[in-house]
Amino acid sequence: MDLLDFARGPAINVAMAVLVFGVLWRLLAIVFLGKPVDRTVPRLGTPGPFMAGVREIARRMVPHPTFAFAERFAFFNGWVFHVGLAIVVFGFRPHILFVKNLTGLSWPALPSGVIYAVGAITALSLTAALIKRLTSPVQRFISTADDYVSWLVTMAPVVTGLAAVGHVGARYETLLAIHILSVAVLLIWLPFGKLFHAVLVFLSRATTGAFLARRGV
Amino acid sequence: MTDQINVQAAADKFLAAIGRPLASWAEACVKCGLCAEACHFYQATKDPKYTPAWKILPIAKAHKARTGFLGMLGLAPKITEKDLKEWEELIFDTCNMCGRCTLVCPMGIDIASITGATRAAMAAAGVGPEDLFAAAENSRDRGSPLGLSPEKLEDRLEWLADDNEIDLPLDKKGADVLLTVSSIEMMKYPDSIVSMAKLLNHAGVNWTFSKKGYEATNFGYLTGKTDIAKTMTMRIVDAAEELGVKAVIIPECGHAYGVMRWQAANVIGRPLPFEVFHITEYLAKLKREGKFEFKPYSKPFTYHDPCQISRRGGATADARYLMEGLATDFREMTPTANSNWCCGGGGGVQAIARSAPIRYKVFKIKTEQVAATGVDTLVSSCANCRLTMDEAKAATKWTGGLESIVEILAEHLVTKDDD
Repeated sequence: MDLLDFARGPAINVAMAVLVFGVLWRLLAIVFLGKPVDRTVPRLGTPGPFMAGVREIARRMVPHPTFAFAERFAFFNGWVFHVGLAIVVFGFRPHILFVKNLTGLSWPALPSGVIYAVGAITALSLTAALIKRLTSPVQRFISTADDYVSWLVTMAPVVTGLAAVGHVGARYETLLAIHILSVAVLLIWLPFGKLFHAVLVFLSRATTGAFLARRGV
Repeated sequence: MTDQINVQAAADKFLAAIGRPLASWAEACVKCGLCAEACHFYQATKDPKYTPAWKILPIAKAHKARTGFLGMLGLAPKITEKDLKEWEELIFDTCNMCGRCTLVCPMGIDIASITGATRAAMAAAGVGPEDLFAAAENSRDRGSPLGLSPEKLEDRLEWLADDNEIDLPLDKKGADVLLTVSSIEMMKYPDSIVSMAKLLNHAGVNWTFSKKGYEATNFGYLTGKTDIAKTMTMRIVDAAEELGVKAVIIPECGHAYGVMRWQAANVIGRPLPFEVFHITEYLAKLKREGKFEFKPYSKPFTYHDPCQISRRGGATADARYLMEGLATDFREMTPTANSNWCCGGGGGVQAIARSAPIRYKVFKIKTEQVAATGVDTLVSSCANCRLTMDEAKAATKWTGGLESIVEILAEHLVTKDDD
């Protein structure tokens, strides 16, 4: 078994298993903690917890008007790399083929040129996020190893993917194997570090939405 | 802070408090740091340690130590005495639980709730400001944080009634409404008490004070001392139930309203058998019923939103409705309403003497807001905000005026004597 076989086979399979198990484990650990019963009387005319939760998930997609200026970099750059990652992951033909082999599902791919450009923009955006973290006194102070590891394991598949399609630095097979291995590392890390916010964002926002809506805020 | 620190008690309290909401919030932070933009303590000092996200660490650590992957293997770091000591200032002195950081957080983390839970854990460990803890113990032992015992209440009400020729009913059988007080008002702003009474009497409300349950402020909640929080809550609940009132009115005090309206039923473990109103909510209700007519108030002024009434309480519109048709020159400050800056003294911070210097720095934000409106009178509906700003005003030699919305309403009420 060469490196590519290892990456395509056991490595990615184990990584996906860890991802699924890890996400379920961590999510259920929170869900099963249960929610304290709220015996206060909700303000009249306010939405119920479900609607309030959905509303809050949508509302926080854009900055609060009061903080639009303060949030301008985080909002713009955050959207760029999140959307960029989504486009690269779900729009690139080889990725769609991988999903098709796994699940039978497929959808039209975007032109490779678009993917390369979006990949480069995503890498630049992630770099900007790191520079901001390192240069902002607040972000530098509150950051922990998790923030830097999470950045690294997110950036690595983007860079190795770009290197693989560009045949930069090594044989294509080797570059592809490294790319797949970097994805495996990302999948394994996701449930354990701050990348789990990809799941928690919905729970956290919805909880706050329901909490504030009850009060009529 | 007391001498003996019981770290295990803090860890246990954290674990008992963490349900799905707190766990979701404690684990969701992406360390974007945007919350610093919303926090007056950070903005006043530019010290990154005041970043609200940093205040999540103790609860997140305690949570992971018990429930994370490493925690289950016993390998995760546990909460330590050093953590509790280090975070004491951040959790007690420099967090008003005002919830402004929640507005800006892309993940929607409610750091005010996290601070509340962390205070309870710290209090269980014996960590917290002595003067704040003393206020809570005074409330339990003497009826109020400022020593307003039932006997003193009766004395002062008699004095206020005589002095102002006004009816201030106490323990009136058959009353429909129980009016509570904040001892800050009774000791420092008694006109506010008289004003509430004048407005309620004018509207023909059948109301009363009660010697059994009068103190609306709840320093048990503010310190995280849950037993005292329950005692203080039960005094009002017992008084209201004994009198059989339909409603309890909370005076001009933000946290008192937040605790009684949005916490009390959970503190006592059953729904309250009466409605709870902040005084501005109740007066707005009476105004909608056509019970008031006001003379114009022509002094230019702006309005400070108490966090627990507006941003955390949902009663933002009522103060503005009360000013409609009364104020001829009311100017909103920027930002205002639910985004308004906190006074810096809420959440018990006003009672922590060592926090005074940073509170005065925070007050600068407020005075700049006021100056930008072009007025020099700042009106509020919270005695604690008023006291915080009054002290800061003296310390910073601010020349503006601080007033109470209830007092303005009472002064401008059209009465039979005006005919």
